[in-house]
Amino acid sequence: MTKPILHTTNLSIGYHQECIAQVDDLNINKGELVAIIGKNGAGKSTLLKTLSGNLSPQSGKVSINNTPVCQLTALEIAKKIAIVLTKTDFSTHLSVQELVALGRQPYTNWLGSLTNRDKKKVIEALNLLDIAHKKRASCSNLSDGQLQKAMLARAIAQDTPLIILDEPTSHLDLYHKVFVLKTLRFLSKKTNKAIVFASHEIDLALQLCDKIILVHQAKVKQYETHQVIESNILNQMFPSELIYFDKNSKSFKIKDAIIK
Amino acid sequence: MQKPKRLLFLGILLVLTFFLINISFGSAAIPFEEVLKILCFQAEDSVEKYIVLSYRLPKAITAILVGSGLALSGLLMQTLFRNPLAGPYVLGLSSGASLGVALVILGSQFLSGLLTINLFNNTSIIIASSLGSFLVLLAVLIVARRVRDTMAILIIGLMFASFTAAAVSILSYFSDAEKLQQYIFWSFGSLGDLTWEEVIWLASSWFIGLSLSLLTIKPLNALLLGEAYAQSVGTQIKKNRILVILATSILAGSITAFAGPIAFIGLAVPHLARLIIKQSNHAFLFPACIILGSLLMLISDLIAQMPSFQFTLPINAVTSLFGAPVVIWLLVRKKKMSF
Repeated sequence: MTKPILHTTNLSIGYHQECIAQVDDLNINKGELVAIIGKNGAGKSTLLKTLSGNLSPQSGKVSINNTPVCQLTALEIAKKIAIVLTKTDFSTHLSVQELVALGRQPYTNWLGSLTNRDKKKVIEALNLLDIAHKKRASCSNLSDGQLQKAMLARAIAQDTPLIILDEPTSHLDLYHKVFVLKTLRFLSKKTNKAIVFASHEIDLALQLCDKIILVHQAKVKQYETHQVIESNILNQMFPSELIYFDKNSKSFKIKDAIIK
Repeated sequence: MQKPKRLLFLGILLVLTFFLINISFGSAAIPFEEVLKILCFQAEDSVEKYIVLSYRLPKAITAILVGSGLALSGLLMQTLFRNPLAGPYVLGLSSGASLGVALVILGSQFLSGLLTINLFNNTSIIIASSLGSFLVLLAVLIVARRVRDTMAILIIGLMFASFTAAAVSILSYFSDAEKLQQYIFWSFGSLGDLTWEEVIWLASSWFIGLSLSLLTIKPLNALLLGEAYAQSVGTQIKKNRILVILATSILAGSITAFAGPIAFIGLAVPHLARLIIKQSNHAFLFPACIILGSLLMLISDLIAQMPSFQFTLPINAVTSLFGAPVVIWLLVRKKKMSF
């Protein structure tokens, strides 16, 4: 059995005294692409924050490479987990290259000067995401899809075994949604990193992910993707008066749709 | 990567040029060769030598310290608050420093019963002024934690400024004429009234402020992405915030103590620096702000004491006359300011 990169034991998550969900033990291995799905407000973001060490668990623990996250300093966590957030409200003067280079901060000296190794990692990341031709462009001049690529390149440059993303496909059109998720799949296979992302794109996640983590009714549970499709879990996720899950097409359908 | 370095080099040359020009001009006409001679200690004792060494040289050095220090503290605050309009003057730091100084100059007569020692000396003015700006910055920061809205933070800074202004007017109302005049002259801002001893005081505080801020270069770069990302690359957010607050209040506080509340340099220079070197990396922005701030202050001082004038304009009036249009021009031209 392979050693998992991310592992949780008896975890329960929430803010202050209020428990949001109990987490069945999760095991995420290297090279795996994992989607966290659930309704709005189910606790996906809380789970992501707990996994990335931003929020301390109410009980139980999160381990990365067998080390509990709570025992690590901010800098040590930075070398193990890279994040990509939905909101991008950063300085628009940054060029793509500068943005990606910021991913090297955990490794640079007190002035943040880049060594040759750092520069090499930045170029590798830019090439991997096929955005090297835009490296001098200012981030404010990028399209949403290109910006997401640049953010991914920054996370890759951080050189961590685990990348956590919060809704990487929001604001994107269908083509770019698929594009970003396929890129994530490509990255997880190519670099052997574990990639975990929260998403509302259940249909797409079912086609691309190795595992699905379902956040539903104060329970967090991990499934193999085929288990999710074969069982009836997804049908219980949403109130049944509008949509239902169709096993054959592996997608949600609208009840009583006009065009049959 | 080569271009910013070349620009910085060019900037240093410009600063040196204007430093010499600044020393060469004044109400008394002294030939340039004579100035050079005096600076190289080749001249014999004369009135000219006295003017250059005891008056013009400390003034030019003060201009450099003031301009660079204010520009740097403006840059630190713009990145920390993630707000393009932040600066020591706008956020009420200068007003806080004013209140501190007002308490020392104007309030000394009320406290003289308690403190018989000479309260009106350099140390107490620096401490009062730094403490004043430190307290205001701390208050703004605490509010900024609760209110995320950019406009709200600026309005709160403005409110702190008018609050301290009100406290100062109450103090002035009860002060005698001589103390009041002393305070009013201080509030006009002036680079010229510093003795060598005071210049050394200012330079030391400037140096401490600068050294502290050097430690924030890397965290400030990370903060360009926002606090969440900064934390995810290992930045110690709290430690960095404390460093920035300390550095800015020492810089802005000591400068305001000696040169008075000087507007616009802190706000406008970081934007000009970004515009010129087209970099967001603070390792480049720091020297750029120091150079550009020094340059603008030397030029403002030249304007303030135009050779044909028999008098010197308040430096604060000059920086505002030129600074305000620059900021408006920036806003109109770029439509959107960013930090």
